[in-house]
Amino acid sequence: MMKVTLTIWRQKNPGDKGRFVSYPVEVVNGEMSVLECLDVLNEQLIEKGEEPVAFEHDCREGICGTCGFMINGVAHGPMPATTICQLTMRHFKDGEELVLEPWRSRAFPFVKDLVVDRRSFDRIIQAGGYVSVSTGNAPDGNAIPIGKEDADRAMDAAACIGCGACVAACPNGSAALFTGAKIAHLGILPQGRPEQDRRAVRMVAQMNVEGFGSCTNIGECTGVCPKEIPLEAIAKMNHDYLLGAWKERRQVVTAITPVTGWTFGEK
Amino acid sequence: MKLDARIPAGPIEDAWDNAKFEMKLVNPANKRRHNLIVVGSGLAGASAAATLGELGYNVKCFCFQDSPRRAHSIAAQGGINAAKNYQNDGDSIYRLFYDTVKGGDFRAREGNVYRLAQNSVHIIDQCVAQGVPFAREYGGSLENRSFGGAQVSRTFYARGQTGQQLLLGAYQALERQVDAGQVKMLPRTEMLDLIVIDGQARGIVARNLITGKLSVHLADAVILATGGYGNVYYLSTNAKGSNATAIWRAHKRGALFANPCFTQIHPTCIPVSGDYQSKLTLMSESLRNDGRIWVPKQKGDKRRPDQIPEVERDYYLERKYPAFGNLVPRDVASRNAKAVCDEGRGVGETGLGVYLDFAEAIQRLGVETIRERYGNLFDMYQRITDEDPYKVPMRIYPAIHYTMGGLWVDYQLQSTIPGLFVLGEANFSDHGANRLGASALMQGLSDGYFIIPYTVGNYLASNKLKDVKASDPAVQEALASTQQGVARLLSIRGKRTVDSFHRELGKIMWDDCGMSRTFTGLKEAIGKIRALREEFWQNVTVPGSGDDLNQSLEKAGRVADFLELGELLCIDALERNESCGGHFREEYQTPEGEAQRDDEHFSYVAAWGYTGAGNKPELTKEPLEFVYVHPSQRSYK
Repeated sequence: MMKVTLTIWRQKNPGDKGRFVSYPVEVVNGEMSVLECLDVLNEQLIEKGEEPVAFEHDCREGICGTCGFMINGVAHGPMPATTICQLTMRHFKDGEELVLEPWRSRAFPFVKDLVVDRRSFDRIIQAGGYVSVSTGNAPDGNAIPIGKEDADRAMDAAACIGCGACVAACPNGSAALFTGAKIAHLGILPQGRPEQDRRAVRMVAQMNVEGFGSCTNIGECTGVCPKEIPLEAIAKMNHDYLLGAWKERRQVVTAITPVTGWTFGEK
Repeated sequence: MKLDARIPAGPIEDAWDNAKFEMKLVNPANKRRHNLIVVGSGLAGASAAATLGELGYNVKCFCFQDSPRRAHSIAAQGGINAAKNYQNDGDSIYRLFYDTVKGGDFRAREGNVYRLAQNSVHIIDQCVAQGVPFAREYGGSLENRSFGGAQVSRTFYARGQTGQQLLLGAYQALERQVDAGQVKMLPRTEMLDLIVIDGQARGIVARNLITGKLSVHLADAVILATGGYGNVYYLSTNAKGSNATAIWRAHKRGALFANPCFTQIHPTCIPVSGDYQSKLTLMSESLRNDGRIWVPKQKGDKRRPDQIPEVERDYYLERKYPAFGNLVPRDVASRNAKAVCDEGRGVGETGLGVYLDFAEAIQRLGVETIRERYGNLFDMYQRITDEDPYKVPMRIYPAIHYTMGGLWVDYQLQSTIPGLFVLGEANFSDHGANRLGASALMQGLSDGYFIIPYTVGNYLASNKLKDVKASDPAVQEALASTQQGVARLLSIRGKRTVDSFHRELGKIMWDDCGMSRTFTGLKEAIGKIRALREEFWQNVTVPGSGDDLNQSLEKAGRVADFLELGELLCIDALERNESCGGHFREEYQTPEGEAQRDDEHFSYVAAWGYTGAGNKPELTKEPLEFVYVHPSQRSYK
């Protein structure tokens, strides 16, 4: 049994002026995750009639990419290759203070407490993060051999969970690692090559329209990435972008208009 | 009510081709005039929305998460089956069909399962074309492994993240259609009611989880792909957000719910460590290919595993099932783990665990091979337990993982409400009483990519659908009752949190309707659930308001539905006086302690109809016929 203090960013909505609030929490077992600590705190807050801390989470096994916030200034906390949902309390000391803050980035508009809006990532994928093959068009799976090395490298990049830690950690707020991971995954595979140029040009354009910053090869992104996406994904993005921009230079690049706010034209 | 499963007549090999030919088509120019709703964006929902968008329909796709890529299909680890026979080891469509019907303990429809096996080969081709990075051999061909009780190597995989890669493939196809303007995506929007007009499903009522605003969405057909209801047990391998609200509210609007008591317990999860526990973490059962399961022979043996000599260990699966050993199907592996723990031979602090030991495999194959095969799973285990499975055997215990039951659908995946289609884990269709490993991904994608695009077209072309307006009384009634439901949850202001009710429900379900069930236990459970439900509506507290992001309110609605569904699950388990697959009634077992089916009396699908709050549900039976695979006592000895 140990005690920690959770100092949490509380902000009701984008219009509210936010503030840090400190809460003492008892940790009964080192196997507890940080999110389970928040569960315990929230139960106590609800019983006292207060509003619980809003935070995002879903699978709690490190793969859905829903969870994530800063702990003491580090995206997903101190353990390498670990999302917050799998970060257990045994890595903290008795009496330690944990400062929890949401991802802060212009391209991730604030929602509530530790929750932000990451739809800009979906729009980057919409701009070309796919192979244009409709259902029913596929040849036999073994028709095009893919060497194990290429398949493995594609998989390394494809492991991205879209959590946004790379953006939150980057001093420039760049989404280069996220975008580069998809460009690398698809660009390495023969199935993705026909659209390689167009994909890189459109996805990079979308990244810029969303308000993400530029990459200056600092490497914080890969340092905090829970899936350890290698920095070479960004090199691959730059390579494909340069080639694509040169080859497709006469084409007009259209970006998707970023959507903010949460109305869907409902009736 | 009489249920017509609409299984095509004639030889099973030709049934799906014939059915596709018989189906009416929607003219390409008319497709854009049809609005379709897809609820859920997992493998089934995303693949359906993408494919229907490609065909030219106007699609609206809903998910409660912040992005469609979060759906819990993403967490599937092990792989996806396909009858490709790339390994030349005797696999075929017929064998996959046979294995699935037998593995389901003869409680699935032959016609559906055969079609699933046929579609499996197209799924792999489609996913490869999308750029899914499946594991490859050095020569460049696709690699396969044997998985979950199969005697052929037919499982395709992408490290331990197969579900993630398949879902991202479907998600990317979906986003391509969003970009093309064919699909409108509504994230953070939760379906709270189904709109039925003149007996046909014509839309949904949904709540925007950020603004709290309720809205009406009308369409020509509604497709639910919202996953299973395993979270009725509170602790499960499901995501925290996984819920049954969409299917349960459709059930209350008239869709029959089939075989709710067919739930699957996964044998290899990390054991529970304390009361704060929020979920159970699955360790892929591919681990059973190389790991050996054992417990001490002696009761209450508290020695460290390395201090227990070989002769004092009981490799109970290898001993009891020499032909399949550690690879017996999930239900058999789970029950045996419970049995040895009930005997007092369980390991770990709680005594609820068994060892999964890799020492022999590491000696035989070397650490590097084991790391290559299972590295990410070993890392995950170590992150959670702080033990190194390369040195110390893993401790595992069964946990609720998948629900075979779900809304009743016919061969066309249409529920008992015309125009309401149900895909993936949300329906009951293909796995009978037990699902084989690596079959869930197969079913989700088969339903979404290769079945619904045909059957929804057939429905639209064969029915004259009148124009509906938001002013229709049925729409207004659905909107008003949803509004009241939300307001009621916020007005109680009692003393207990939503989670405390959910935990208590989960404990009742796990104790009395989990791995083994009895007449008395189920009777008691029903009483306890009713009392708990009553208390919930008197004493739950939901802080905050209904007009902004309120995660307690979201949970409260879902738990209210689980409190009803849990009772139906127990009623179904009580009614089924036999043991089959994941449903084990202690009264019905063979002298060796295996599940004893009663084909004479229970070879049917139990489809339950909602008859109003607190009323006894109405049972309709769909008899099952076995023409190709003859029911036999499943034996893995």
